[in-house]
Amino acid sequence: MPKLVSHPDEVKVISKRFGMGATNIDRYIELGGYESTQKALAQGPEWIISEMKASGLRGRGGAGFPTGLKWSFVPKQAPKPKYVLVNGDESEPGTCKDHLIFLHDPHAVIEGTIIAGLAIGAKTGFIYLRGEYRYLLEIMEKAVADAYAKGFLGKNIFGTDTEFQVITQTGAGAYEVGEESALMESLEGKRGVPRIKPPFPAVVGLYGGPTVINNAETIAAVPHIIGMGGPAYAALGSERNGGTRLFGISGHVERPGIYELPMGYNLHKMIYDVAGGIRGGRKLKAVVPGGSSTPVLLPSEIETLGMDFDQVGKAGSMLGSGGVVVLDDQTCIVEFALRTIKFYQHESCGWCIPCREGTDWLKKSLTRFHAGFGTMKDIDNIQYLAENMMGRTFCPLGDAAAMPTIGFVKKFRKEFEDHLDGKPCPFAKHLEVALV
Amino acid sequence: MSTETMSIFSPKLAARFDALVEKYPARRSALIPMLLYAQDEIGYLSDAVIDEVASRIGITPLDVRNVASYYSMLRFKPAGRYNVQVCTNISCMLRGGYDIFDHLQHKLGIGHKGVTADGVFSLEEVECIGVCCWAPAIQVNYDFHDDLTNDKVDEVISSYRAKANGESTHA
Repeated sequence: MPKLVSHPDEVKVISKRFGMGATNIDRYIELGGYESTQKALAQGPEWIISEMKASGLRGRGGAGFPTGLKWSFVPKQAPKPKYVLVNGDESEPGTCKDHLIFLHDPHAVIEGTIIAGLAIGAKTGFIYLRGEYRYLLEIMEKAVADAYAKGFLGKNIFGTDTEFQVITQTGAGAYEVGEESALMESLEGKRGVPRIKPPFPAVVGLYGGPTVINNAETIAAVPHIIGMGGPAYAALGSERNGGTRLFGISGHVERPGIYELPMGYNLHKMIYDVAGGIRGGRKLKAVVPGGSSTPVLLPSEIETLGMDFDQVGKAGSMLGSGGVVVLDDQTCIVEFALRTIKFYQHESCGWCIPCREGTDWLKKSLTRFHAGFGTMKDIDNIQYLAENMMGRTFCPLGDAAAMPTIGFVKKFRKEFEDHLDGKPCPFAKHLEVALV
Repeated sequence: MSTETMSIFSPKLAARFDALVEKYPARRSALIPMLLYAQDEIGYLSDAVIDEVASRIGITPLDVRNVASYYSMLRFKPAGRYNVQVCTNISCMLRGGYDIFDHLQHKLGIGHKGVTADGVFSLEEVECIGVCCWAPAIQVNYDFHDDLTNDKVDEVISSYRAKANGESTHA
């Protein structure tokens, strides 16, 4: 069972009911649950969207798009039914925040889904969980059944004439499906191959109807925003980055875990204070700030870095999924880069050639390189390949593979050179097992 | 009322599938869950499973195969009764994921995607399973085991071995 951790600097909003038995619907109601949905029902769609815009909430899946704005793009009148789709296909390496949300607070996800539906005029919401999260799917399904039994879902929610249905769905193992158009394909029972945009999902989405797709953490924040009001939520975070976020700190720290901290929280402090510093008193070598696709940062780059979308972007990386992966000074960057690219090579759906071929060549080059058979020219070739994948694919998987690779080569070129001319890996480790 | 008069699935699963195809705005949306639940019961996607799922959805078996081949959890060959999936992705790797995988290869005497001779265990190196903050971790069928050491892995394997022995005595 995933361990819950805490730290005095935490501001618990999304995580405030973690460990409090809120999977039980009566307990959830006792803790103030479903009040926000009733408030939203009473206030109506325009009020909901204005509160969401005021909250400064930005998509927690990684792109950081303002949620209120996204909702406002859905046309009021549409020839086909509108849908809300909750993305719980959490698969970005370094990311496990949604795991805790589904485990501890499934009704918050349901509430967020209903409120999103009210805002855009949808009568159906889907909650899609990755296939590996079977026990969490069962928790979600129980919560949905309980909400139906109370009349919180169905034809007349809370005794009104408003209808809202929630349908849960399981994936079956695919990182790619976390991309919104691939997610819709998967939910329609197809291979998770991305769709070209435009049209955007807000206009033509699931089953051809206008669809709002939000990350599970984004959706879980919604009832809290409606409860406290948009401006109050915004005030918790930093400029243009409202609220708090579940940061997942993993790797070489003393106290890894999921910590809910205000947006803009200092990264150095997050590692050294919140997560207890580097394991075994070692030194920090590098940080991957927001899941495996985000470019690596050096210790010198994190001293004054606030963890929000804009500041991390300015530092040349991305806040991404909030999965902070910490590497100590005994980590081989070439091996780390290789493991990262192996993942993307494995997950590339093969639809776009730059991604399919690019990830494969990068994996081959890095494998050879790490084994000590690289040449100086390979270092430039790795970078050249990665740079030529950028922006040339339907979905961001190609970029997600290229961006970290470029970062590793640029920032740790010396370490790549240390692997040249048949020299053994300076860290005496080798990645022998190839994933099929 | 089952649409299939001769189902290869248990009555309970067949009834669940009858409901599942009606659950979504489009019948085909039931395809991926149906394949996964069928695999849970039968062990893998056999020709018979694919044929029945295709007929329940109303698409061709080839179409089913085309979709199934995309998803890493779906398999066309049997695995062990307990499929041991070891995450070696970055967060697990940094905390010893490969040591766990090596340990299990030696312990079980099989490699990636191997099955033990008695059919009790299979082993798989998998990509991130969403347990990064509690690494290193493995998943046995659908059960997570986190914050592992080789000793803890031994305990986990022993508990499944005991379960398998118990099941075969009762059978």
